[in-house]
Amino acid sequence: MTKLEAIIQSSRFESVKNALLEIGVSGMTVSEVRGHGRQKGHTEVYRGHEYTVDLLPKHKIEIVLPNNLVEPAVQAIIKAAKTGKIGDGKIFLSKVDEAIRIRNEEHGEAAL
Amino acid sequence: MQKGFCSLILATVLTLGLGVVAASAQETATQEGAAATATTPSVPPDALAKLQEQAADAKASADNAWMLMSAALVLMMTGPGLALFYGGLVRKKNVLATMMQSFTLIALVTILWALFGYSLAFHAGNKVFGGLGYAFLRGVGALPDADYSATIPQQTFMVYQLMFAIITPALIAGAFAERMKFSAMVLFMTLWSILVYAPLAHMVWGKGGFLNAVLGGVFPALDFAGGTVVHISSGVSALVCALYLGKRLGYPREPMPPHSVVLCFIGACLLWVGWFGFNAGSALASGSLATSAFVATHFAAAAAAIGWAGAEWVRNGKPSVLGAVSGAVAGLVAITPASGFVAPMPALGIGFVAGILCYFMVAKVKARFGYDDSLDAFGVHGAGGTIGALLTGVFATRLINPIFKDSSGSALPVGLIDGNGHQLLNQLVAVIVAWGLAAVGTLVILKVVDWVVGVRVTEEHEIQGLDVSQHGEEGYNLEA
Repeated sequence: MTKLEAIIQSSRFESVKNALLEIGVSGMTVSEVRGHGRQKGHTEVYRGHEYTVDLLPKHKIEIVLPNNLVEPAVQAIIKAAKTGKIGDGKIFLSKVDEAIRIRNEEHGEAAL
Repeated sequence: MQKGFCSLILATVLTLGLGVVAASAQETATQEGAAATATTPSVPPDALAKLQEQAADAKASADNAWMLMSAALVLMMTGPGLALFYGGLVRKKNVLATMMQSFTLIALVTILWALFGYSLAFHAGNKVFGGLGYAFLRGVGALPDADYSATIPQQTFMVYQLMFAIITPALIAGAFAERMKFSAMVLFMTLWSILVYAPLAHMVWGKGGFLNAVLGGVFPALDFAGGTVVHISSGVSALVCALYLGKRLGYPREPMPPHSVVLCFIGACLLWVGWFGFNAGSALASGSLATSAFVATHFAAAAAAIGWAGAEWVRNGKPSVLGAVSGAVAGLVAITPASGFVAPMPALGIGFVAGILCYFMVAKVKARFGYDDSLDAFGVHGAGGTIGALLTGVFATRLINPIFKDSSGSALPVGLIDGNGHQLLNQLVAVIVAWGLAAVGTLVILKVVDWVVGVRVTEEHEIQGLDVSQHGEEGYNLEA
């Protein structure tokens, strides 16, 4: 099982969500986060002081996938989230030791 | 044909009036333009007196209704107007504490005013302080006090003035926002209301006051609704507080933008509407002077909003919402002393100048001198009040308000454009007295309060936020 974390532009979230559902992803956790990579922020002015806002709003999607869905999910996300500009975001993959469904205590890929 | 029509109107009005007393008089007036002729033997003498009494009652009724409404409008300026305006400007962790400052003052100053505050400000006394004759509001009831207003109950006048006494200290809170101890604020405001506000109100508006324009002032100063008493006093006190307490942790390196310009916007709009009670209500009557003040107030706010927003647009490339609403507030501050003395066009000018001046005070001067007047109480109220008080001396005219009269009752020139350049000197004296009393009084009180309870919160409490550290509450529990 693999955990996929994708940090994407908030404006692309709806497309990404629909694309994942289309390939059969059965669940996800979404949070609104702030952050930056190499994208510069923007400047705001308050009472004549200029200051840089460098933490930008993004959406983070976390899903745990059976190994056969990982590559399709990555491709679906890239296709739906890419705009070609700096700030598109990143995808991280990591190994998951175990998954358990709380309702009926199923273990492993059946729990996904 | 027209003459007959006029006679008909006149006769109808008179008939309606006399009809009221017809039952007791048991006689009716003639129908032919009766008011103009001396040959109306059928009108009994006391019927006319009764009519006059009823007309006077109607006028008094209208005045009182407007004044009670105005008092409510001015209270609204503090809560929620100022509470929201200031609350939105601070960081999220301090929103409740900031609002609590305004609210506490509503309660606290009311008690002080009722017990002896009103007396200290408005009872006759010496040139600086009133006496204690009205303590516990003895003698302050339904009867008017003709020195202040002949048509409204003195209690109306008292409660109207109370709302001014409330908002003035509340404005100072803008300077020490996010770092003053709550207990220290309560003690400070109690002393300030008694030792700074009451004497200044007495000097400018109380009978026998040193600066009173019409009731025996040595330097008669024109301050229609509180440019000196409210704005200069609070603005200058704010500066002293900001300097004494020192800068917030992280200022000016860390950006501390408002946590909610939405709240600021709502608060500023409530201030604008409430200011009609503040300025137009200072006419103490519902007649044309109130109208004039209402119009001047509104015009100044509009011009100032454009002035500030325009200055920002030129300097920063974008006009901000916060700038626009702050501009409106600055204009309202500046027109406050002038509102019942100037014509509408000068009101536009005063507003526009104030908008631009206060913008530079806040965007340039503050940064240049480095003081942390967190919510710009000095930049807007201190500076706006000063420029307003001085421009009042320029643009005041007897055509709007014939406040100065000679022994035969004819109107004397009021301001510079009227031909009375000397008034500017009186305005300057009032400005200096207000600055001096506010600065010295505030410094002394701060020292006392610091010695008794300590004015500034600990570093830990400041970082934690005043909402939790002073009040044990969080403003927003949105995850709940």
